[in-house]
Amino acid sequence: MEDIFQGYKGRALEVLKKFNVRVWGKAIIDTSRGEFQGTVLPRAENDDDTHIVLKIATGYNIGIDIFTIKSMKEVGYYKATYKIPEKEFPYTPNLPNVKLLGTGGTIASRLDYRTGAVIPAFSPGELYGAVPELADICNLTTEKLFAVFSENMGPEQYKALAVAIGKEIENGIDGIIIGHGTDTLSHTAAALTFMVQNPPVPIVLVGSQRSSDRPSSDAALNLMHAAYTAGHSDIAEVMVCMFGPTSDEYGFLHRGTRVRKMHSSYRSTFRTIGDTPLATVNLKDGIKPIKETYNHRRKDRKVKVLPYFEEKVSIVYYYPNMQPDIIDSLVDNGYRGIIIAGTGLGHVNKPLYSAIERAKKKGVHMFMTVQTLWGYAHMYVYDTGRDLMAKGIIPAENMLPETAYIKLGWVLGQTDDPEEVKRLMLTPINDEITLREPYNGYLIYQGGVPEVEEFIRKFRK
Amino acid sequence: MTQKKTPGKHFDPHKNYRDTMKAIGYVPRAKATQSDYDRIGFKSGLEVHQQLKTKQKLFCRCPAGVYHGDNDYHAEIIRHMRPTLSEMGEYDGTALMEFKTRKEITYRINNKTTCTYEIDDTPPFPINREALEIALEISLLCKLNIVGEVHITRKQYLDGSIPTGFQRTAILGVEGEIQLKNKKVGLIQLSIEEDACREISDIGHKRIYKTDRLGMPLIETVTHPQCLNPDELREAADYIRFLNRSTGKVRTGIGAARQDTNVSCEGGTRVEIKGVSHNKWLPELSHNECFRQWALLHIKKLLLERVPDPQKWEMRHAEVDPYSLSLEHANAIGFAEKGYKVVAIALPEFHGILSHFTQPGKCFTNELSDRLKVIACIERPNITSDEDLNDPLSENDATKLAALLKASPNDAIALIWGPDEDIPTALETIDERCRMAFDGVPRETRRPLPDGTTLFERVLPGADRMYPDTDSAPIPLDEKYIEKLREGLPVDIWTRYQQLAQMQIPEDSHAYILRRNLVPVIEEIVALGFPPRFVGALFGHRLKRIEGKYPMHNDFTYHKLVDLFRFLKDNKIHHSLAKLMLPVIYQHPNMDFNSVLTSINFKRRTADELLAPVDYLVEKFKEIKIAKKDRPENVVNWVMGQLHKQALGNIDPAELYSRIKERIG
Repeated sequence: MEDIFQGYKGRALEVLKKFNVRVWGKAIIDTSRGEFQGTVLPRAENDDDTHIVLKIATGYNIGIDIFTIKSMKEVGYYKATYKIPEKEFPYTPNLPNVKLLGTGGTIASRLDYRTGAVIPAFSPGELYGAVPELADICNLTTEKLFAVFSENMGPEQYKALAVAIGKEIENGIDGIIIGHGTDTLSHTAAALTFMVQNPPVPIVLVGSQRSSDRPSSDAALNLMHAAYTAGHSDIAEVMVCMFGPTSDEYGFLHRGTRVRKMHSSYRSTFRTIGDTPLATVNLKDGIKPIKETYNHRRKDRKVKVLPYFEEKVSIVYYYPNMQPDIIDSLVDNGYRGIIIAGTGLGHVNKPLYSAIERAKKKGVHMFMTVQTLWGYAHMYVYDTGRDLMAKGIIPAENMLPETAYIKLGWVLGQTDDPEEVKRLMLTPINDEITLREPYNGYLIYQGGVPEVEEFIRKFRK
Repeated sequence: MTQKKTPGKHFDPHKNYRDTMKAIGYVPRAKATQSDYDRIGFKSGLEVHQQLKTKQKLFCRCPAGVYHGDNDYHAEIIRHMRPTLSEMGEYDGTALMEFKTRKEITYRINNKTTCTYEIDDTPPFPINREALEIALEISLLCKLNIVGEVHITRKQYLDGSIPTGFQRTAILGVEGEIQLKNKKVGLIQLSIEEDACREISDIGHKRIYKTDRLGMPLIETVTHPQCLNPDELREAADYIRFLNRSTGKVRTGIGAARQDTNVSCEGGTRVEIKGVSHNKWLPELSHNECFRQWALLHIKKLLLERVPDPQKWEMRHAEVDPYSLSLEHANAIGFAEKGYKVVAIALPEFHGILSHFTQPGKCFTNELSDRLKVIACIERPNITSDEDLNDPLSENDATKLAALLKASPNDAIALIWGPDEDIPTALETIDERCRMAFDGVPRETRRPLPDGTTLFERVLPGADRMYPDTDSAPIPLDEKYIEKLREGLPVDIWTRYQQLAQMQIPEDSHAYILRRNLVPVIEEIVALGFPPRFVGALFGHRLKRIEGKYPMHNDFTYHKLVDLFRFLKDNKIHHSLAKLMLPVIYQHPNMDFNSVLTSINFKRRTADELLAPVDYLVEKFKEIKIAKKDRPENVVNWVMGQLHKQALGNIDPAELYSRIKERIG
């Protein structure tokens, strides 16, 4: 049965029932603050139970305090159907075939009244209705694999995605887009880099920082850039495609293993760390490579899918005065791998030594990364580093902590042999460890410095 | 119909303009009476925007009220806007129009006034409570029904004036009223909202904004369309402005208060004139808009007589090469040289319509030209015809084009030009606007011009562009809080008018006093024992004149006058001296009052001292008098004039006068 009091609970629900007024009912409400008229809207589930939401004639929403209500009368009923106009996605013979795999996220979305949040719109028809330019770029088909927020993505989803990608490649697709929330987009990108090796076509992860229910959303442009990359790019790798600058100018293609979300809300939040992005993309100039070497698109269908993951792996972000029980509790809880994000060149304090030794004895695999994000773990420089290595911690070079976490989970899903684990961890699959760090790989502009200010003023941000 | 009439021949567009102006019964505002407005069914209402005086912006912690020059920026950001669906599941008409214009929007950001919020790179911070409180006070003053819970709503704007593509706004109250001299005007609602960007330029497909004003707290008071003539509209606008200012918590100065007015005539449509910065412009603008609609209805009538089934009406067009056709029109040739496309258009049965009067100095062609500029982004001049009032097609040109388009004598022939890629939109735009002519008055917003006419700005947005702000939580307003606010409210403006009348303060100074919220200051002075009428006139006449003459010192406040009167009282100086002291205090507010006295050469004198030279002056008057009739008042007045200045502060001028009169007998 349809819920005619959508989202209302407790005292507000009692009031609606008492006066026999439904959600979407047009109501005249007499209150101690005067008369109000409008359509009763659903209420967000987490909001209180002492107000009723009304859409008034001018289109605004207001809340009515139920304690002021003297009487209510339903005088009409109009239920809104919120639907992105669905038009059949046109097929164009000479355009590449691209598959969009959905995981959730807000690449295209609509409002949900119960939570006040946005719900993804997804079918090719809906996407075409929202972003008609897509039809000029590729022939798009879609499949919704899951509908989860970014933070709920995990090993099960990584594995299912890898298998689905393998199947699409086998079926001859020209490129794959994965729609994804941005919070853990880079984790998934790393996982897919390890699980789907040697792909013959681009695999492009894309999201949006501003939900697509707003006119200035980055969603449409990101989606167009991703579709263009998936369909036309020569780069056959797992990539993240998101805004380069915050302006509507071009997107970056980041390697799945070196990319990180660096701002909680900026559009240009994704950055390649310790290296340069692979390329830029926009619809006017196409793909412009920045990196000279990358894996090229191929005609064959030889892809290696390795959907493995050991879930008992953790990251420990070191802080001063960390106590050994942090490590002990992981070991006691059966964790088999620990990535440490250490200070400076890869350090932790002395009190942890005993816990580390104990973990090593129990066969826990431990790797050191750096919380500076940029730079390598160099554990020979100071005694502490040497001590830690002697106790069994292996420096993971310049692998990003999150990438190392994903990789260790993936490795431990395949083997428990310490030598093999070490070999797999330190053998890069796609630049999660780089041999060299280029000088333009570390660029954090310090605002306020005259030359930076001049640069910023000259180029669109 | 054997004798074929060549379009353009024997047709004088200027005469047609005058004839049609007469046909619709246009009268200039100076001559218009209520019966004229009743005849055309004048109806109008207001949306009054008022910035609130807060330290910070509405949804972020940037300073409010700090402005910078067009080129004083730290970064540029570029955005395009796409329409989205409203929560009722519709696309908004304006949104689609703006999308059609394919504008590239650049924002110039100055770090002093703009953070990541304004540019939509971070979600909103909780609403500025100071602003909310001021807005609620004003809502209570407007006798609105205050909502139980404030819901932040997104109101879509795709012109780029707000980088998010929507304005965050919320209703605080609905259905209030204000009391004008002769009637009550209802208020639909009052909302709090964030102010928009300031436009730097808008040329072709590029529009540039700066973001200093963006996000400043603003309220919008919306009246019902109950003003039945332009003067009532002005009165309502003034009333709302005075009411806002009576709190002392709103901003003043250029751009701090802006009005939109909605106007319609009988059978017309609600058209919104946006951003009128002075109330005194409202009457002329609303007057002309009402007659513009009346003219459009006349055009509709003419067209329907000629084309009973508008569905069958179809415009024809052909791209032309002005050279091979040997056209004479200079613009057409000049633009073709620049690589613009030139297109000839036949508008069946539109002969005489293009030059039909719409506004003083404007005709139906302007309706087309404005839309070409706004929607197709083609800069003016962008159209001409054989009926153009300024630069028409020559008869030769018109004849050639008519032949090319196989036009009949009743068709209008026009020529448009523009960049290749804008021509399809241009043709669509003309076709669309001409079809609208059969329906009468299109819903649109219009931009006011100083001459009292208006330009098309955009299609009037509907309620379809509203959707809830999913980034903000609702804010409950409980009874206790509202009651507390109610206790601290300033006096009602209607009451203020009555107080001013009661105090016998001259009526011509009421507006000045209320605009500056001076009644509380006057009351303070009157409480010291000074006559209200004098104090009122000192503000409304004397100070007003001083303001027009001298620059105000930054430290000058109206409250200085309270100190001045206290000084006069303490020193037993007659209040009439305030008139002489005021200009000095206005320019040098930090000067000690005793020094002010010195600077105006004030000397204390007794009445006897003042009256001592009377006999001498009477003699002198006899020497210099020029009037033949020697009426006794003349000499009294002259003597009074001689003594007046030194008497100020020492004796009541009225008393001096009667004593002079006594002496002369």
